[in-house]
Amino acid sequence: MALEVSYDVIQVTLLSLYVSGCATILGSAIGIPLGALIGLKEFGGKGLLKTITYTMYGFPPVVSGLAIYYLFSRAGPLGSFGILFTPTAMILAETLLVIPLTTGITIASVAEVDRSVKETVKSLGTTPRQSVLTVMREAWVGLVMAAMIGFGRCIAEVGAAYMVGGNIKGETRVLTTVIMLETRQGHFDYALGLGLVLIVVAMAVFFFLRLLQEKELL
Amino acid sequence: MSNAIALKEITKRYKDVTALRSVSLTASKGEVFGLLGPSGSGKSTLLRIIDLLETPDSGEVQINGETVHSDSKDAFQTRRRIGMILQKPMVLNRSVENNLAYALLIRGWSEEEIHKRVDRELKRLGLEERRMKNARTLSGGEMQRLCFARSTIFDPALLILDEFTANLDPANVALLEDMVRGYASENEDRAVIVVTHNLFQAKRMCHRMALMWDGEIVEVADKKRFFEAPEDERTAAFVSGELVY
Repeated sequence: MALEVSYDVIQVTLLSLYVSGCATILGSAIGIPLGALIGLKEFGGKGLLKTITYTMYGFPPVVSGLAIYYLFSRAGPLGSFGILFTPTAMILAETLLVIPLTTGITIASVAEVDRSVKETVKSLGTTPRQSVLTVMREAWVGLVMAAMIGFGRCIAEVGAAYMVGGNIKGETRVLTTVIMLETRQGHFDYALGLGLVLIVVAMAVFFFLRLLQEKELL
Repeated sequence: MSNAIALKEITKRYKDVTALRSVSLTASKGEVFGLLGPSGSGKSTLLRIIDLLETPDSGEVQINGETVHSDSKDAFQTRRRIGMILQKPMVLNRSVENNLAYALLIRGWSEEEIHKRVDRELKRLGLEERRMKNARTLSGGEMQRLCFARSTIFDPALLILDEFTANLDPANVALLEDMVRGYASENEDRAVIVVTHNLFQAKRMCHRMALMWDGEIVEVADKKRFFEAPEDERTAAFVSGELVY
């Protein structure tokens, strides 16, 4: 029993890390360049776009789950991919939650870079692309923070993961969904233990990201 | 001597404020040209227009005889021929060495050339020992000298300095002025434009100078005439120290 339990815990923990990690990477890969573009370019409707992005911080996970569920359900427009109730669907749903966060935090981070630094970089003769990349590097601490907050949202997320993953044992069961299940079944001690595992795993990942954030990019 | 810079009837307005009123000016190759005047007279705006960081409402900017535009696609190519140093030293959040290398990296220089040039500059700056330190740990004077080296490491034909010693102690002012003089005298094709409201600095460094007042050029003259026999009464009051601004 103990072996079985520890095997389950390891498997569920690894899947949690995999799903949250992939969603964070995907959400950062989309949100950070998008945020840099919005933050550094001047265009009509920029203020409105920023307000929409910040409003999306509160995007309900179940709505994100619902969108992915609709798209990939058998009758849905992308149903032929057959990814519903797989970790891939969970990653996509959580990516939708991460994108507004990484976009918004990047917008704020690049805006925080001193205007004189931006002008100095431009004055040195950078191409527009080189300018954006340099300012992004100057905003490094904020960009890692964006990824951290994105990961925090994913690892603690339950609604979308449950809706599009289905909490299938050995396949789509992650720490948060299994905690919910065990609590419902009255296994409070087990649920509490898993909660502790969740916190320890999150702390380990945040510790690594903090190291990355504080690393001096010389 | 041919013109390094020629400005023709430059006008610039910010909402209700006219920053520049039909300013025309030339600076020759081999010349250190001073732009003097009180704060808010339009000196910095003019420099930003020369560096293509601002677009004038009307008028023409020529660099080495070629008309340039800040909104053209290859404005960055023009900026690559200009070195600019601002009042506040702006180093990037990276090592001393990589701050210097940055200006060459963006120009696509080879690794070997970058290494050679950066080593030379570090030696000149006396920062070889601290090459791997973050540039933000340097003192204000060291940072400004690093900015100077970063803006001249690619041999720009035109160097523009905006109150570049305003916040420094006399020892660092002397060091930086020496660096500018050295740079200007190394090659006859180079021109330097210095914005300052420090009359003594202008006297020490510039061959020719102009007084700007309320967005206009009041007078352009060589050093001797500017200080000893100015034509405009505002210039006379400015150089005698009677003009309080």
